[in-house]
Amino acid sequence: MPSFDVIVIGGGTNGLAAAHRLQTSGRKVLVLEQAGQAGGAAVAREFAPGFRTPGLAHIANQIDSRVMSGMDLGRHGLGFVTSGLSSTALSATGDHLVLEGSAGATIRGTISDADRKNWLALRKQLLSFAEVLAPFKQLTAPRIAKRAGNEYGKLARFGLNLRMLGKADFREFLRMILINVYDVVNDELTDKRLKGLLTFDATLGSWLGPRSPNSLILLLNRLAGEGAGQRAALALPKGGMGAVADAMVKSATASGVNLRTGATVDSLLIEDDRAAGVRLANGEEVRAKIVVSAMSPKTTFLKLVGPRHLDAGFVKRIGDQKSRGAAAKLHLALKGAPDFRGADLKSRLVIAPSDDQVELAYNAVKYGEVPKRPVMEIVIPSAHEPGFAPAGHHVLSAVVQFAPHKPKAGADAARAEMLENALAMLEEHAPGIRALVTHAELLMPYDIEAQYGMVGGNWHHGELSVEQMLFLRPVAGIAQYATPIEGLWLAGAGCHPGGGISGAAGWNAAERIIREARA
Amino acid sequence: MNVMRNSDPRLHYLTPLKQTPFHPRTAAENRLNDWGPWAGYTTALSFGDTAMEHSAIRNGASVYDLCPMVKYRVTGRDAAAYLDRLTVRNASKLSVGGVHYTIWCDDAGKVIDDGTLFRLGQTDYRICCQERHLPWLLDSAIGFEVYIREETEDVAALSLQGPCAWSVLNAAGFDVADLKPFRMRSFPFDGGELMISRTGFTGDLGYELWTTPAHAIALWDHLFAAGAPWGIRPIGTHALDIARIEAGFIITNMDFIPVDQAVREDRARSPFELGLEWMVDFDKGHFTGRRALLKEKVNKSSKWALVGLDIDGNVSVEGSIIYHNGKTEVGTVTAACWSPSAKRNVALAQIRRPYHETGNLFVEVYALRELQYAKLMLPARMCERPFFAPPRRRATPPGPF
Repeated sequence: MPSFDVIVIGGGTNGLAAAHRLQTSGRKVLVLEQAGQAGGAAVAREFAPGFRTPGLAHIANQIDSRVMSGMDLGRHGLGFVTSGLSSTALSATGDHLVLEGSAGATIRGTISDADRKNWLALRKQLLSFAEVLAPFKQLTAPRIAKRAGNEYGKLARFGLNLRMLGKADFREFLRMILINVYDVVNDELTDKRLKGLLTFDATLGSWLGPRSPNSLILLLNRLAGEGAGQRAALALPKGGMGAVADAMVKSATASGVNLRTGATVDSLLIEDDRAAGVRLANGEEVRAKIVVSAMSPKTTFLKLVGPRHLDAGFVKRIGDQKSRGAAAKLHLALKGAPDFRGADLKSRLVIAPSDDQVELAYNAVKYGEVPKRPVMEIVIPSAHEPGFAPAGHHVLSAVVQFAPHKPKAGADAARAEMLENALAMLEEHAPGIRALVTHAELLMPYDIEAQYGMVGGNWHHGELSVEQMLFLRPVAGIAQYATPIEGLWLAGAGCHPGGGISGAAGWNAAERIIREARA
Repeated sequence: MNVMRNSDPRLHYLTPLKQTPFHPRTAAENRLNDWGPWAGYTTALSFGDTAMEHSAIRNGASVYDLCPMVKYRVTGRDAAAYLDRLTVRNASKLSVGGVHYTIWCDDAGKVIDDGTLFRLGQTDYRICCQERHLPWLLDSAIGFEVYIREETEDVAALSLQGPCAWSVLNAAGFDVADLKPFRMRSFPFDGGELMISRTGFTGDLGYELWTTPAHAIALWDHLFAAGAPWGIRPIGTHALDIARIEAGFIITNMDFIPVDQAVREDRARSPFELGLEWMVDFDKGHFTGRRALLKEKVNKSSKWALVGLDIDGNVSVEGSIIYHNGKTEVGTVTAACWSPSAKRNVALAQIRRPYHETGNLFVEVYALRELQYAKLMLPARMCERPFFAPPRRRATPPGPF
């Protein structure tokens, strides 16, 4: 067994990003991935014979620019079929609204002049706020403490950028930063389709409804992302999201990272109160002075480390970290092209009839129930390029919200009910689609947890919400990737700045390790 | 006790203080009706003559009602491992039938409380302490197979202290001649069980007697009948307080503020700052606060010291401010008395480091003399605790006084 300087647990987007960065800093890195293939939520899979689908994530809008260029993903095969995916707010009457350009620079469809004008003003404002916040993703969350190792230069620039907004916009920024998205869209807009789309986007992947406090900041977080190098754009990788996973694996391997798949880590080896390596489920021990966990914080501390090696208050805080997932993933194999009343199948199709409908869909999960009328985001990869389905057939991938992570009705009954309700919504917007379905698969949050290890099925490894952001992410005291166990670092989506196919948390963690750990 | 049992539980506020199982007897003895609250119970501060009660502790046999002491029972497969992680001492090494004094800290290594830990069985422990901690004990149980139950109301306990304590027990029919300090033994009693531990809070020869409320009155009557020839006497908290100061023992919320109750951030104290570092076992594996305490030890970053003081004169100095060189404020007296046993004017004090090593300390006292204060600046010397330590406290078998 060759020796390694660093072991990275978990070969998802963040694990691979951290591994690559650490390897290129001169360390020998081993990545241990439980699944048969590295790439985590970006990995594509065949869910029915001849039908391939993105496993979880189906749109690239958050890939970190440092990961993109640092790992040279383009050279390792990542291209895009489009970096300007439009969004269609579907109407059950065919009166769709299409937002084109990054974050809906232009709107096609029947909409009042006032709404069109107000949307452009709101969009400009939101984008300017997102632009200010975006650099935060690429630095370690600051701490209010002496010798916290804060990146004061970058923080000063952030302060400057805030002031550069000008007095009026700065005041608006302060007014809006912690507000809910429902109030914002209702202050400015009247069109139900547009308000439905915006509130859907804000709450995508969260455990918040549009009216929940602080829900606007998630929309800003989304707009602060990049698709194919363009702020707030939605991109589709050539060959599907699986191409992101493939390119990251290739790049990491090319840089010298050792990647072992099918390797389940059972526990952290702790000697003299510091990390000494890991023990695998098969009993094998692999040793390294630095262990980086890209797993959920809960999994890392409660399972791999174990409460006995940690302080009681800390264990309690980790246990209390909120990690409820409410996004289900729907995959349909279709024997023909669905017709969403004329909508462009190459667009991102969103069924969120109104802001109230999004809120109502959220209400159900608060009580562990399945919403009668779920809302969803649909991508049809097979409409963009061949290779996803047999000729003439199609694959539909949808993120359906909101799905209870702990349903009162039980796992199987809730899954069946959620599938039925989702199909009914689809049928309402694309008459005849049910007759085209040859295979259907629905992953509820608990299924996602079982397959991907994301606690609660939350794709951020812990809810992304204001009280769990920045220096409070994943919990207070460990927001700078270091942990109470010397030599053990966090690098997963549970850390700042959260998940999505991004790699930012992993890259940030690697930078921190390079700076702090002289090993 | 149990006055509420058959009435509406919503009326609990009408009796804000509970009575202990011994109340019928303590109430009859309390000639001055001198009561004070302790952990939700009404308890005797004195029975009429504190000096005589203290004298019973040091010269005869005294009985103190221990019932309000908060008690938790920890059982289950991981009980020892759980207590090793909770407290700073090695609970696994404590043998069955043994007792040790211990403390527990929060993540930052600040003391939450102190108490005594009784190992009743291989997987059965009892914690006795001053404050209530169920939420913390339950939080600490995450990841351990343990069962934690508060049993304060299920245990009736008396402390029998004084040079004649062994003679009283002997006369009462309990053979504890070979029972060493910090060991315990059970006896059948009154159709139930009586557990006797050689423990106490006086620094003298003494025992604590543990049974259930049903046998409480029988125990009291039995002890007082057997102890009459030795002048056995009930004592209140005032007398005990003098004895514990003489013994140099500290009390939570009197000599330090527990970190979970401290409102002011700088009031929290580490074991190093309370003179309790001797019990911290850094080699037993991880425990809550270990990393913080190790850092404090390595960096020598402790800010306070808890010390014993010997002060000129005979004016008790409780609550006084301590000065270095008569000018610089460096600490506070947390407990003090004129010690009748040591014939010294003694105090426990928190002193800001490094003044615990410099000497040249003074205590500022305002002595009230017939409605007028005399301001005194009394020289104080650091000294070892305990201030009074008779060899009989450890002698086995104890002598028949």
